[in-house]
Amino acid sequence: MPDPQRAAFFDVDGTLVRTNIVHAFAYYALNQGSIFGTALRTARTLAGAPLYWALDKLDRKAFNELFYQSYRGLSQDRLEELAAELFEAVLLPAIHPGTPRLLAEARRAGCRLVLVTGALDFTVRDLARHLGADDVIANRMHYVEGVATGRVVPPIVEGAHKAVAVRDYCLREGLALDRSHAYSDSFSDYPMLTVVGHPAAVNPDLRLRQVARAYAWPILDTTRAS
Amino acid sequence: MRPLSLTRLHEQAEQVVTLDRDSAPRVLFSGEDLLVEDLPVGTKVIYPKPPVAGLPNVKSAIRWAINHPEGCEPLHAKLRPGMKVTIALDDISLPLPPMRTPDVRQQVLEVVLELLADSGVDDVHLVIAICLHRRMTAAEVKRMVGEKIFDAWWPDRLYHHDAEDPDGLVTLGTTRHGEKVVVNRRAAESDLLIYVNLNLVPMDGGHKSVGTGLTNYEGVKAHHTPDHIRKSDSYMDPARSEMHRSIDRIGRVIDESLDVFHIETTINNRMFDGPMGFLMKREDHYGELDRLKLAGLQATLKALPRAARRKLFQAVPAAYEVIAVHAGRTEPTHRKILEKSWEQYAVDVDFQADVGVMGIPFISPYNVNSILNPLLVQVMACGYFFNFYRGKPLVKPGGTLIVTHPCSDEFDPEHHPSYIEFFHRLLPETRDAKVLEQKYEREFAENPSYVHMYRTGHAYHGAHPFFMWYWGENGRQHYGRIIVVGADNEHVPRLMGWERAERLSDAIDLARAHHGRSAQIAMLHHPPIVMTQNLG
Repeated sequence: MPDPQRAAFFDVDGTLVRTNIVHAFAYYALNQGSIFGTALRTARTLAGAPLYWALDKLDRKAFNELFYQSYRGLSQDRLEELAAELFEAVLLPAIHPGTPRLLAEARRAGCRLVLVTGALDFTVRDLARHLGADDVIANRMHYVEGVATGRVVPPIVEGAHKAVAVRDYCLREGLALDRSHAYSDSFSDYPMLTVVGHPAAVNPDLRLRQVARAYAWPILDTTRAS
Repeated sequence: MRPLSLTRLHEQAEQVVTLDRDSAPRVLFSGEDLLVEDLPVGTKVIYPKPPVAGLPNVKSAIRWAINHPEGCEPLHAKLRPGMKVTIALDDISLPLPPMRTPDVRQQVLEVVLELLADSGVDDVHLVIAICLHRRMTAAEVKRMVGEKIFDAWWPDRLYHHDAEDPDGLVTLGTTRHGEKVVVNRRAAESDLLIYVNLNLVPMDGGHKSVGTGLTNYEGVKAHHTPDHIRKSDSYMDPARSEMHRSIDRIGRVIDESLDVFHIETTINNRMFDGPMGFLMKREDHYGELDRLKLAGLQATLKALPRAARRKLFQAVPAAYEVIAVHAGRTEPTHRKILEKSWEQYAVDVDFQADVGVMGIPFISPYNVNSILNPLLVQVMACGYFFNFYRGKPLVKPGGTLIVTHPCSDEFDPEHHPSYIEFFHRLLPETRDAKVLEQKYEREFAENPSYVHMYRTGHAYHGAHPFFMWYWGENGRQHYGRIIVVGADNEHVPRLMGWERAERLSDAIDLARAHHGRSAQIAMLHHPPIVMTQNLG
């Protein structure tokens, strides 16, 4: 029996880059184009900020659902055009210094590199290409006649659902889940970390650091180049 | 009845003491603790030799050595303006414990760097040859090379060898046995490689410095295997060590390709002095003040939590003195250093014991400023302490080893992340070194998490726990039985295949139940380091 292939699954926000999806939308809101549109969305974003923050603490799923409503009415072409600009302006400078090395190490170990993120797929596609990732598991926006409806095509990718997505991905691609690696910085990704055989915490938050200590998972630091 | 002074003189000259009914209790280390134990009548205690006198002026000895090298022209004659020179040096695993400042490597560097500057050599890099060991912290590097050199060179021209840097390594070829020779690129591309070495024990130095210190996993795998360790009739005796035969083959290939100038040093065994100086004495010679110091130290250790005890011992640097400096080509230089090293350590014994008793101290080459985890306890018991011999081992084949250590299930996740997985996931499955090598070693070596922690943090390489398990392979093959005294849990001894006893007397009774009451018991009185020589 040939040696089964394995994958390395990477969370994106906080793990590979220093941003999160709120930053991504902030970029969109500020680049709507018309003076009126920009002003209106900026005001709405600012008004919604406390609500977004509170929801993020309480329930990631509800936060994501509410947050993606903000994309309603934008055209697909516009979104994808802005995604390229988003990558250049926000994501590229925010890549952690140690991230390219970590991905290169995983590739040299024979792992298939997969980014797993609760962000929308078009916002991370350029990042995946830049970092040399083989695949992306991300949320997909639902479009009607080329216009975003503000809803995500089920199943949503966040929290515990990342673990389901990872497992389904391994089944589909014939990868060995118990030999795969997963990397994340947030305790909300704990299910994704436990579903693989080799979890690791990267620049972990306090709760994940405690869990990683308890289970003796490796704790990695990519905020420094060496 | 001889006069008292002659009796003392005779007694002091003998390193092997046979205990009698009125002998004082012996002091043994048990991790970060001290045990005071009565041993049975007839036990032979093998003491370290008194420290050899250190060189009065180390820098003069260094200058003399590089001006009178073995088998090649002096260092100054090798230097030309515009040369590319790399200086490689040993890492924190030597000496144990770290010696008082200035470290001997600092002194060598000060002499050599001054000579290089005077000779117009500007393209110089200092590489710490860690191979698969952990990277040192900046504070540790500063302590090793001194503040002046550190401030001037760190981190651009004073840095660690990176065994996982795909661009930082070059393959020089293979030996006739198929061993890959992989070396640091900067060292390989230099016109001259100067290796600044420190020999704590006879295993160190020689071709091992460049061939092992500056290679990668593939290079070190050529000789860090269970087979090589099994065939090593003490890897402290390079002439009879299969590992060293492999290392020497690799080293000769390196010598054909590179110009290597070795500066080797060795130190005496003055591990303790000052407040802990009584640990260098014979128990029978303890005065009242020594007994007070021992009781005070024991009371202090009892009162402190384990981490604080560790800090207490780690805070005391050793008072080692340099006893020899030689320079030149690798093999003639190392031969001279080995002679001096054996002169300090080797104690002639003419017997083999049924039972060996050894206290495991708080330190090993792989846990400086860290925790001696169970895997490293095994390294000390079955690895180093077993291999501290030349000729015949101290304990007979199939004999019993008794060690004293708490064997706490405690690992440092920053320094030893891969050890944790090795110990808790693999050892429950098998203790067979060959199966572990075949089935799991590469998986650990290529684990990107461990690779990343090795390259950017302060972690030992992912494959390093395997080499730790192989390190004790010839000891495990030799001993019939290992009993650990004072373990604070049951699962660690069970995982390692050891038996457990609460007290040393219980362990001795267990051993005697097998070997008989007339069994010869021998105690190696570590630390400081003592090695036995049985060439008969």
